[in-house]
Amino acid sequence: MLTGLTLTEARAGLAARKFSARDLATAHMQAIARLNPKLNAYITVLPEKDVLAAADAADARYADGTARPMEGLPIGVKDLFCTKGVKTTAASKMLADFVPPYESSVTQRLLDAGSVFVGKTNLDEFAMGSANITSAFGSVLNPWQRKGDEATALVPGGSSGGSAAAVAAGLALAATGTDTGGSIRQPAAFCGIVGLKPTYGRCSRWGTIAFASSLDQAGPMTRSVADAGLMLEAMAGFDEKDSTSSNRPVPAFAQAVGKSVKGLRVGIPAEYRAPGLPAEIAAMWEQGIAWLRDAGCEIVDVSLPHTKYGLATYYIIAPAECSSNLARYDGIRFGARKDAPTLDGIYERTRAEGFGEEVRNRILMGTYVLSAGYYDAYYLKAQKVRTLIKRDFVQAFEQVDVLLTPTAPSAAFAQGENMDDPVQMYLNDIFTVPASMAGVPALSVPVGLDAKGLPLGLQIIGRHFDEETVLSVGGALEDAAGFAHTPTLHAEAGA
Amino acid sequence: MSLDLATTRRIAKLARIGLEDAELESVRQKLDGILGWVDQLSEVDVEGVPPMVGTEMEALRQREDVVTDGNCREAVLSCAPETSGPFYTVPKVVE
Amino acid sequence: MSYVIEGKTGNWEIVVGLEVHAQIISQSKLFSGASTKFGGEPNTQVSLVDAAFPGMLPVINRECVAQAVRTGLGLNARINLESRFDRKNYFYADLPQGYQISQFAHPIVGEGTIEIELAGGETRQIGITRLHMEQDAGKLLHDQDPTRSFVDLNRAGVALMEIVSEPDIRAPEEAGAYLRKLRQILRYLGTCDGNMEEGSMRADVNVSVRKAGEPFRTRCEIKNVNSIRFVMQAIEVEAARQVEIWENGGEVDQETRLFDPGRGETRTMRSKEDAHDYRYFPDPDLLPLVIEQAWVDGLKAALPELPDAKRARFQKDYGIPFYDAGVLVAEQSVADFFETVAKGRDGKLAVTWVTGDLFAALNRTGRTIENSPVSAEALGKMLDLISDGTINGKIAKDVFEDMVETGESPDAIVEKKGLKQVTDTGVIDAAVDAIMAKHADKVEEFRSGKDKLFGFFVGQVMKETKGKANPALVNEALKAKLNG
Repeated sequence: MLTGLTLTEARAGLAARKFSARDLATAHMQAIARLNPKLNAYITVLPEKDVLAAADAADARYADGTARPMEGLPIGVKDLFCTKGVKTTAASKMLADFVPPYESSVTQRLLDAGSVFVGKTNLDEFAMGSANITSAFGSVLNPWQRKGDEATALVPGGSSGGSAAAVAAGLALAATGTDTGGSIRQPAAFCGIVGLKPTYGRCSRWGTIAFASSLDQAGPMTRSVADAGLMLEAMAGFDEKDSTSSNRPVPAFAQAVGKSVKGLRVGIPAEYRAPGLPAEIAAMWEQGIAWLRDAGCEIVDVSLPHTKYGLATYYIIAPAECSSNLARYDGIRFGARKDAPTLDGIYERTRAEGFGEEVRNRILMGTYVLSAGYYDAYYLKAQKVRTLIKRDFVQAFEQVDVLLTPTAPSAAFAQGENMDDPVQMYLNDIFTVPASMAGVPALSVPVGLDAKGLPLGLQIIGRHFDEETVLSVGGALEDAAGFAHTPTLHAEAGA
Repeated sequence: MSLDLATTRRIAKLARIGLEDAELESVRQKLDGILGWVDQLSEVDVEGVPPMVGTEMEALRQREDVVTDGNCREAVLSCAPETSGPFYTVPKVVE
Repeated sequence: MSYVIEGKTGNWEIVVGLEVHAQIISQSKLFSGASTKFGGEPNTQVSLVDAAFPGMLPVINRECVAQAVRTGLGLNARINLESRFDRKNYFYADLPQGYQISQFAHPIVGEGTIEIELAGGETRQIGITRLHMEQDAGKLLHDQDPTRSFVDLNRAGVALMEIVSEPDIRAPEEAGAYLRKLRQILRYLGTCDGNMEEGSMRADVNVSVRKAGEPFRTRCEIKNVNSIRFVMQAIEVEAARQVEIWENGGEVDQETRLFDPGRGETRTMRSKEDAHDYRYFPDPDLLPLVIEQAWVDGLKAALPELPDAKRARFQKDYGIPFYDAGVLVAEQSVADFFETVAKGRDGKLAVTWVTGDLFAALNRTGRTIENSPVSAEALGKMLDLISDGTINGKIAKDVFEDMVETGESPDAIVEKKGLKQVTDTGVIDAAVDAIMAKHADKVEEFRSGKDKLFGFFVGQVMKETKGKANPALVNEALKAKLNG
């Protein structure tokens, strides 16, 4: 069925004229119409006529032989990427009616590669969250269900929960995500799909609503490792409008998948064996190690002594940056203004009512750690620890080519769990945050199901700008795992 | 260190987030919990370690001094909640 | 010189440091491609970056960096090859991002000095602490509506240099001299037009007072003073205010104040309760700014000659006095004008004409040197006519006035009016003979010893020749004939 294809399969099918881009688009629009009311994966679904018009244009290109790499492929776009003329909310009341007069660099590249956008996917408000429960437009439902327990609604992970759910459930062939501390990888693991956070600087941040500028990085969320390579190729590249964008050439990422991994050295960081790591996760990790060893990799024990401080460091630096990045939402030039007789009154009401609780708390936390008297103890200290974390990775990569770890410390949990204690919620990101802090690329690959039938992911972390090796190893893991499960709620499952 | 209500109020004022006292106390508790947790960083020895700045891989790129942007007042004002003629407007500010 | 406030408890000296915000001359803004042109329609010179739309990012303008480096070089300051940008966080309606991008911890320019000249020719070195780049804010209009202020972002994001002096200034007059000298240097460099009325140069003034030999006492910052005269006035009244507080047993609060020129007083702008906490931190949208020494060297090699060097050269090359050279280099356009006039000519003659007759003419006609009614080339040509004996100095005055009025060339005027100097000795002799014959009695008196009459004869001969006779030849002929 058309909604269950990988990008690679769909591209081949379109090229061979087995089906049209219009067929593909129609199937997805129908799936969205049927399942989105339940999943809430999309905040905005694009008008069908626009989607079909884009699909028809793609069909024309296939007909005249000018089809581009992503031609006619239905894609979901995280609602953090500004899309020209299409409402972009960041899942916040603050931007509930914001229609940007510009297109983000990443989505422009995807459009230039022929992608057909079907809608804007739900997320945690301003990408702050690990469960997609902080969206002003309602939580996203994970299409997976615990075996024999259809009543318990599970979270899709976050913050790119809508993208993960959409791809898992057949509401898009792939979707864009953004990852600040794990926001691509963790939801990918929770929803049984592939998610790649590229090296910081690989994808332009221009036009993507900022959460924490030194960490934010866009990446693909797909059904296969090869798809992640294909889509990253379309998304990545130098952008003169982003001062942190790298001008290194963009390799043919998709070709890295399938390359032999024989002789590659795979590091197993001792510190990731955190106390309390569930046995099922530990076992899956062992299984992954065995698969890679069987594929000819050399397994090496390594130490990243400072990564255990990654999370605490992250929860100083990310809020600090967000407190400043979100200062522009003041109700003057765009966004929802709450009126008051004074300028400060407008600021205070607009920001108290426009931002949800988690966003407010992070802004306040960030304001605190930057304020006079606390800067050195918190922010400066955290930036120094960040240096140590990055050094850990650089040193480890002198010994090994990639690192293999679990993506998350648990499978998808239920809505309502982990909600009282923010620290408990933050622990979801414990394995994903260190790579974000260091700016290195990391990929989550679904490798199996836990005892409750929920997907688990393993994470492959690579050197700066060495997404190719990460993708090669990811491909080997994918081959060995042969993960072919689909969630209960899926476009191709009986309605 | 533990966070008191007065500091929480000052922080909320700095961040221009208007909160009621009851909300402030709930915020204070949440932040205090997080701050207690991040205090684990005090055990890390950072003597002589420089803070990480930028990507540490590249220096800042500079653009040429050419006018390439602006002249888009319609777009600039298009999303504003309140305007008057060519201006954004705010309640009168007295200096 | 020393400036002293005589208090009840003794003499106080003042301690002043200046923070000057100078708008960098560039085509586009510091971090966006919008135009910096002054006086555009409201909100037309604004990009979505300047308006801080979601997802917009800053990219630095190379020319602004170069201008900051040029200025640093002009202030004999250390250039930091690595500098950084920080965010200064605060909320205001003229600040779209909610923060200003500035250089707090790692400025592009470090310590330097400016030499100022005081009345009587005394000079002093004033230390420069630093120079950094930052964004300007937008503009609020308060007089368009009874209840609302209007926001115009045309200026938002325009590049500024903040130039911070050491607290080396000890008198209002020194502050004035410092600002004039700084402005002169900026204008020579072409890095800022120094126009305080349009706000492209403004000063924050830090003032404190102390008894001789004491450490510094608490200072107050007077924000955004927009003329040199007001800076000097503000220092005077603020210092007096502080002395009064201290002498009455009070305590000066460290605070930000505003100068009200109408009332001639300073008043509190911001009380302590809403003191800002700017939460500076490195801007994560920008990487460290790294520049090459070779690039700096190239900028240095291309710097124009600065006022101090030019003044010394004028003294040496044209043999003109220190004071006159100072007057000439005060403005680059005057110096350039002078050099055009003086090149290959008598420097002393040139300086007399430029600072004398030309300045008087400019004053009278309300013109500036840039649109002078007499071009430097024309004035030079006129000096040539004096030097080659075509006209004499007295006639030259008339020719010059004619040039001011008609804009015609000196040759044409001399030709048209027949002002050419008479050097034909036959003509002069005839005139001398005629005058001697007419005043035979005076000739007798002269010959009997009344030497003073010689001047009378010169005057009569010049009159006879309508002022055109060469005075030296007239002298010569008179001497020969009277004594003969």
